[in-house]
Amino acid sequence: MKLFLKIWRQKDSKEKGKIVNYEIDKISEDMSFLEMMDVLNEKIVLNGGDPVAFDHDCREGICGSCSMFINGEPHGPDRGVTTCQLHMRKFKDGDTIYIEPFRSRAFPIIKDLVVDRTAFDRIQQAGGYISINTSGNTLDANTIPIEKENADKAFDAATCIGCGACVATCKNSSAMLFVSAKVSQFSLLPQGKVEATDRVLNMVKQMDLEGFGNCTNTGACHVECPKGISLDYIAKLNTEYAKASLKK
Amino acid sequence: MLKKLFNSSIGRKIAMALSGIFLIVFLTQHFLINITSVFSDSLFNWLSHFMGTNPLVQFVLQPILIAGVLFHFVMGFILDYQNRKARPVNYAVFSGSKNSLMVSRYMILSGTVILSFLGLHFYDFWIPEMEYKYIEFKPDDPNRYHHELVEKFQDPIKVVFYCISFVFLALHLVHGLASSTQSLGTSNRYSSLIKKISYSFGIFIPLGFCFIAIYHFLSH
Amino acid sequence: MTGKRCVIIFSARMKKITYSLNYRKPKNQYFDHDELVVCLRYYHSIGNGKYKVTKKSTGIKCKLEDWDTDWHKSNNRHPIKSSDPDYLEKNTLLKNLSVELHSHAKNIKVSNGVLNSKIPEGSLDMKWTNHKNNVRLVSPANKRNIDVIVVGTGLAGGSASATLAEQGYNVKAFCFQDSSRRAHSIAAQGGINAAKNYQGDGDSVYRLFYDTIKGGDYRSREANVYRLAEVSTSIIDQCVAQGVPFAREYGGLLDNRSFGGVLVSRTFYAKGQTGQQLLLGAYSAMNRQIARGKIKMYSRHEMMDIVIIDGKAKGIITRNLVTGEIESHSAHAVVLASGGYGNLFYLSTNAMGSNVSAAWKVHKKGAFFANPSFTQIHPTCIPVSGDYQSKLTLMSESLRNDGRIWVPKKLEDAKKIRNNILKPTDVPEDDRDYYLERRYPAFGNLVPRDVASRAAKERCDSGYGVNKTGEAVFLDFSSSIIRYGKEKALVKGLDVNDLNLIKSLGEDVIKAKYGNLFQMYEKIVDQDPYKTPMMIYPAVHYTMGGLWVDYNLMTTIPGCYAIGEANFSDHGANRLGASALMQGLADGYFVLPNTINDFLADDIKTGPIDNELPEFTQAKKSVEDSIEKLMKINGTKTVDYFHKKLGKIIWNNCGMSRNSVDLKSAIKEIQKLKKQFYSDLLIPGDQFSFNEPLAKALRVADFMELGELFALDALKRNESCGGHFREEFQTKEGEAMRNDEEFTFVSAWEYNKVIENSTLHKEKLLFDNVELKNRSYK
Repeated sequence: MKLFLKIWRQKDSKEKGKIVNYEIDKISEDMSFLEMMDVLNEKIVLNGGDPVAFDHDCREGICGSCSMFINGEPHGPDRGVTTCQLHMRKFKDGDTIYIEPFRSRAFPIIKDLVVDRTAFDRIQQAGGYISINTSGNTLDANTIPIEKENADKAFDAATCIGCGACVATCKNSSAMLFVSAKVSQFSLLPQGKVEATDRVLNMVKQMDLEGFGNCTNTGACHVECPKGISLDYIAKLNTEYAKASLKK
Repeated sequence: MLKKLFNSSIGRKIAMALSGIFLIVFLTQHFLINITSVFSDSLFNWLSHFMGTNPLVQFVLQPILIAGVLFHFVMGFILDYQNRKARPVNYAVFSGSKNSLMVSRYMILSGTVILSFLGLHFYDFWIPEMEYKYIEFKPDDPNRYHHELVEKFQDPIKVVFYCISFVFLALHLVHGLASSTQSLGTSNRYSSLIKKISYSFGIFIPLGFCFIAIYHFLSH
Repeated sequence: MTGKRCVIIFSARMKKITYSLNYRKPKNQYFDHDELVVCLRYYHSIGNGKYKVTKKSTGIKCKLEDWDTDWHKSNNRHPIKSSDPDYLEKNTLLKNLSVELHSHAKNIKVSNGVLNSKIPEGSLDMKWTNHKNNVRLVSPANKRNIDVIVVGTGLAGGSASATLAEQGYNVKAFCFQDSSRRAHSIAAQGGINAAKNYQGDGDSVYRLFYDTIKGGDYRSREANVYRLAEVSTSIIDQCVAQGVPFAREYGGLLDNRSFGGVLVSRTFYAKGQTGQQLLLGAYSAMNRQIARGKIKMYSRHEMMDIVIIDGKAKGIITRNLVTGEIESHSAHAVVLASGGYGNLFYLSTNAMGSNVSAAWKVHKKGAFFANPSFTQIHPTCIPVSGDYQSKLTLMSESLRNDGRIWVPKKLEDAKKIRNNILKPTDVPEDDRDYYLERRYPAFGNLVPRDVASRAAKERCDSGYGVNKTGEAVFLDFSSSIIRYGKEKALVKGLDVNDLNLIKSLGEDVIKAKYGNLFQMYEKIVDQDPYKTPMMIYPAVHYTMGGLWVDYNLMTTIPGCYAIGEANFSDHGANRLGASALMQGLADGYFVLPNTINDFLADDIKTGPIDNELPEFTQAKKSVEDSIEKLMKINGTKTVDYFHKKLGKIIWNNCGMSRNSVDLKSAIKEIQKLKKQFYSDLLIPGDQFSFNEPLAKALRVADFMELGELFALDALKRNESCGGHFREEFQTKEGEAMRNDEEFTFVSAWEYNKVIENSTLHKEKLLFDNVELKNRSYK
């Protein structure tokens, strides 16, 4: 099929960017979106141009590197997928596709579609862990039984791949879904409860410092999340945070 | 402690939710009193007179209410300003409609319409009332309320404007109520129930207000 | 070095013979083909308990591997001629002596020329404990003055960084991804093995050790594998304490599942995302140390070279992938946790960025590369669909717990399926060939990966393949769905004869177990695997080979360590499922942090290392030169063009089955391609910016060299073992035929500029605790 691409090009973090038009032909519908981008880049390079920079690595939807805002949605029109898992069969011959980077003040653009998401790392560094040493000399793994429901919920929260789609799609650039998933994963487990109070306070503080917006419960993040992380966790984060603030 | 809470994004979000719910309670009360005007002049007059003259209502609840309204609006605008700042460059294409309800994305718009409506509403009812009571010191008349109310709804343009505002109120409430409870941490386990309640409340109350306005316009 | 040892043997008639052994080097550096010199002295009694030398031998040489109890019989090895009047008597003495010498020869730490594997003394189960008790330690106060560089932040690198920082070292961690959380360990699906025996099905440390050794086709080091099995249990404890949400049973305890090549359930898992959960655990441990300032994290940095000062690794040169800047970083030790090199094949289940460069650069500076051709081809991946394909997606091995693998029995059915005339669901049960169950009744669909992959290839090569390209087999869940559905219906007291109900109940069970994998499959292939069988085909997945390391995980460059997939140590010629995660974490959390102290104990007074020493500036200069060289070519072909070509050469000639003709031609083809690469490569843009094609080109340049060594290694190993299948060496039934006599060794290659002339060093593998058997899964 033939496609008309409108891609955000920006040389580096300092220069201003703009949308540039490209045409591409002979795209198979079995290709993944990134393979379509590979074809485009090959063409650009052979014509002496600078290929479109984009983040990608595992190409199986788990590393969270890929981050394209396609036709107004992060990871494109399909649900429950990352950009690398999006296939061209979701588009029609002759379609125009807008491809932009994930936009947020907290995610400065590095080049073209590549953004800097280290804000997420810093939020995790503020408390997204359980403070135990790594000697292996802890309790036997089966000493504390964990209710299956909570273990499953903690797992569901932990499936977050840190791609930033929630921030990208939120009209406020809020990182609440990301933070709530991490906070909830730990607070649902007995091992994580010990530090729950400090953790939630510190992580939210860091989240605010990074310049993300406020959550207004539109729910877009959940819909666009490639792992379908539930809004429940945001509700949980709210109460945990309130409780923790009252405690300290 | 509280200061810290309300300095954070989540704290402000909870404050919005709490003030919102407070306003919803007021709105419910306002509606319940107003609806009596449809079927009983005397009950309405009695209730209005009680609310208008009871010192607890006048000097404690009324200032709290005004503070609540001001807080909700000011905080709403501040948050909206911050949220806009969080994305300095906008998307060329943003398909919000594919992942969220329009009402949830345009709370600031519906809120602004409601604010301007409140201006008119204050001008219509509250300012004359304040003048009547505290500036001109007119004599206390327990039976004046119903007929004053009816009089205000004789202008069709005003009725139309009121009704339009109520539509925006509905849009604001439909998301607002559910959103407040989410902010306060209700689990998704109840979310479908809460959504239903939110929808019914958000539609029923403004519809009721519309009905009152139109009823008085038509019946006189 | 000369050491002597004398043993006196008294004869009945008061004569005696003594011998002395002349060592030319430390005992533990002897390799099998080394010769030992024995000098014999014959005495006769002169009364009063005194002796006089009758005769001295000038020294008899014998290769260590040739010593045996009949040593004396060989004419050229003993100086006693039949003309000697005491010929018979002396020979009896010699026979006694030869028994003695035989056991002595065995006791000499057979090793390995320049390769010293440093396996500790003691019985197998005490080696690690003894070793830990004997290594030197560094005091916490001194650790603060020592820097360690860790390259790569996957399971091995992440856990090592966290633990070293925890201990007090200053860690500098590097990754090429934008965040340490994105390392490719994250994509591991199925699970992690540990000898916990929670299921009470007879598992033990020994069994895990045995399964791993056997699964690796007896080409791994006993001591390392035993240690791995030993520490495996701590990994689970550690991860649970870190908040890793493993799957649990309703009673709240941890659940297990079974994996290929074993008969117990010892695999811990978190749905199909075990790697992700474990990596996030290591990442969180790292985050804690980053927050404490003990780890300095450098993301979007690629290691370009290692810096060696006075023979020791003292730092690395990196390229900042955002700015293109070349930087020097110094430390007292360098740990490589840079993963495997499956991307040599272009199409693999590795991430796009996974590369060999860090390991290869170290190899070029003197570290030996071990068993490069040992590659794991994973049997259950989504088949290739077209030329544009950039990568292959794995479907977890755990699926083989519930999926049955089959192809049609009749060739014409296979043809019809390929042409979309026949639906797989319409092939009657009797016409299906469940070939793994047929060939390997004991293990069935759960045979090890190498066996399953070869069997699939065999069927497809015979014309039974089931997709357009004829390179796919079915993985069918229908019988499991029915089985689980019936179970559920019985539990719930529903009608077990309602087929639709049963199916939907069964699908729910399957969904709970493998939901994300099924979804992934559906998104890629656009078919619903609940309704129609999955199509799968083998694909490159893991590389058992890697940098040669000793028991301490140190490479042949002092101070340079390799852990995780980057080293070769634990999996032999084939890795068992769910063991990669185990090895990565074992190395990072528990092994390296113990062994590295021993080396760093010498560095407590060294102080910070200046990264502007001449060695650094030199290394930096040569990196800059090599980049410039690539940028200047300005040819006509993109990097991907060359990478794809290289991948095709390797896949076609050095893939699932290999033969000497193909391997030889592969070497020639790669050499040709390499020439073309350096004359016709086109890299856009400039080097001082975010330039992905340049980063790729640098990686592909190293793949070119590795590819040649890879083929060479496969060519020199004249046997079939594990993932290395040489067509010339197979049984009548087409099973792999090992040659233990000649090839029970690790091939450790020393770099040579002309790759073909690389020197092969052999590390003899000794098996004292298991018997080398024919690996059978029948």
